[in-house]
Amino acid sequence: MSQNSKVGNDSGEEIILSVSGLTKHFPGAKTSFFGKHEIVQAVDGVSFDVAAGESLGLVGESGCGKSTTGRLITRLLEPTAGTVVFDGQDISKLNNSELRPIRSDLQMIFQDPYASLNPRHTVGTIVSTPFKINKVVPEGGVKKRVQEILEIVGLNPEHYNRYPHEFSGGQRQRIGIARALALRPKLIVADEPVSALDVSIQAQIINLMKDLQKDFGLTFIFIAHDLAVVRHFAQRVAVMYLGNIVEIADRDTLYSSPKHPYTKALLSAVPEADPDAVGARERIRLTGDVPNPINPPSGCRFRTRCWKAQDICASSAPALLQIGQTQVACHFPE
Amino acid sequence: MIGAPIQGRSPARMAWDRIKKDRTAKISAITVAFIFLLALASPIFTWILHTTPDQFHPETLDPSFGTNPVGKLGGISAQHWFGVEPRTGRDVFLRFAYGARTSLSIALSATALATLIGVLVGLVSGFFGKTVDLVLTRTMEIILAFPSILFALAVTPVLENLLESWGVPTGNATRIPVMIVVLSMFGWPYIARIVRGQVISLREKEFVEAARSIGASRTHLVFKEILPNLWAPILVTVALNIPTMITSEAALTFLGAGVIDPTSDWGAMLLASVPFYSVDPMYTFIPGFGLFILVLAFNLLGDSVRDALDPRSSR
Repeated sequence: MSQNSKVGNDSGEEIILSVSGLTKHFPGAKTSFFGKHEIVQAVDGVSFDVAAGESLGLVGESGCGKSTTGRLITRLLEPTAGTVVFDGQDISKLNNSELRPIRSDLQMIFQDPYASLNPRHTVGTIVSTPFKINKVVPEGGVKKRVQEILEIVGLNPEHYNRYPHEFSGGQRQRIGIARALALRPKLIVADEPVSALDVSIQAQIINLMKDLQKDFGLTFIFIAHDLAVVRHFAQRVAVMYLGNIVEIADRDTLYSSPKHPYTKALLSAVPEADPDAVGARERIRLTGDVPNPINPPSGCRFRTRCWKAQDICASSAPALLQIGQTQVACHFPE
Repeated sequence: MIGAPIQGRSPARMAWDRIKKDRTAKISAITVAFIFLLALASPIFTWILHTTPDQFHPETLDPSFGTNPVGKLGGISAQHWFGVEPRTGRDVFLRFAYGARTSLSIALSATALATLIGVLVGLVSGFFGKTVDLVLTRTMEIILAFPSILFALAVTPVLENLLESWGVPTGNATRIPVMIVVLSMFGWPYIARIVRGQVISLREKEFVEAARSIGASRTHLVFKEILPNLWAPILVTVALNIPTMITSEAALTFLGAGVIDPTSDWGAMLLASVPFYSVDPMYTFIPGFGLFILVLAFNLLGDSVRDALDPRSSR
């Protein structure tokens, strides 16, 4: 992984975000009254690069550490180890006041549109807070700018004085997007932005985000558990399992020829729209549950559920290696 | 857009609309307002009745006995609407009106002070957590475990001596501030505990994270993001705290650690009436009934405020 270089991708694009060895351990319950805290290894040595203007999908089951990764990148959490190089600067160890100037370039869209908007603030207040906190006065005043943003995300600018409870889930998520967009960030981390919405609304929000990405040249990290949604939105996809990235590839490469057994299993579980094709495809059923991140399996973390597991999988953890178009962490890739 | 301009209804506005439809709220609010008016207007009654609450009227007392009021029900007459005080002949209605003044101002000041301390401590304790929280919650628990009335009786002379050593004149000038401090000292932990609990659940909400991700300072998070969501529980706690303060104030005065005669106070009136309850029960009944009505009205109003602010809660 390129660590401090701004140009490192094989296609020569500018790397806006470079994550390497990112680790977050949370203190869990105490083992006994006088004992130590158990350690929850939520994210354990995650590395990837994101090029400017691209959208990287981050997929995985619940509890695999994808949301934690998102919060580490936006520095809502402090990493236990590893570096996050954003726009040429390592932000992983900055304190709150040092982070402040960077915050406006690095925004987040949250999962729950009902919890992410302060119920006591009007839409106008919510979307203008970024300007006030960063003491930015746009041309024509904050109110005019906020109303422009509301219009961009598909809301009525006259809704400025309304409260969040007067909006539907989809509209609320548009308000959240407007807030993230207010200061024209370079990178937006979208943490399952549509998983709380109706399926019919999901497409609208995804299309809105796609349009915004095109119009403003935004870079997205799109966290989701729905592979179909990621396929629609992301150009590149990283698959996470139990705090590790197991596979990163271009969307088409990943969906057409998955290299990691876990990716293969995930893809086989995506519902097929064409009923004739269902029989043609082999459905891989994983047995057992995701292991406890307090005490993950030795070696490859997926080995306990993998049908290809051998002795080597238990003794050594596979590194993320380039195979063709794909980076994959497996001793026996497809 | 067609039709009327879009108007947002704030949560506070909706609560107000709900409370306006509540009959209990209306009646109790009117009762409370009536007692407030009586307290505020007491100087007007001095002017109407041509006497003061402190003026002795020996002519209204039974000359053969010397202490009991002449006439029925403690000497109720056109001149003395609620009768007169045994032994002195002071006008009970004026003492009642002025007493409401003292009781309410001490209870409300103590509530205000307790709320201020309680909200600040609760915010700090809930938001910062860890050691700060541990120290503050233990402090609250210790105070709540104290037998408050006994402790208030013990601490009042100590605080009074302290104030007097700073040159504050003796009497009610020291007694009333001491009462306010003592009452709020035992009142704030109730508010702080409720605020702390709310802050702990709110600080993990995504809208607080969203503000953090914009670069908001801790002051902004506490006062702009979290505090506005606390007005409902704070208002309810305050509304239910006022009647407690009123009874505690009356109890303190009744036990002798309160307002000093000749300043009128409902607790003091009750205390003064005790030796005469068999010959002049009206004198005991009037301040007692006043307290009962005021505390009941405040409690019902507090309940209505809670229902209006949180319509989903059911009893």
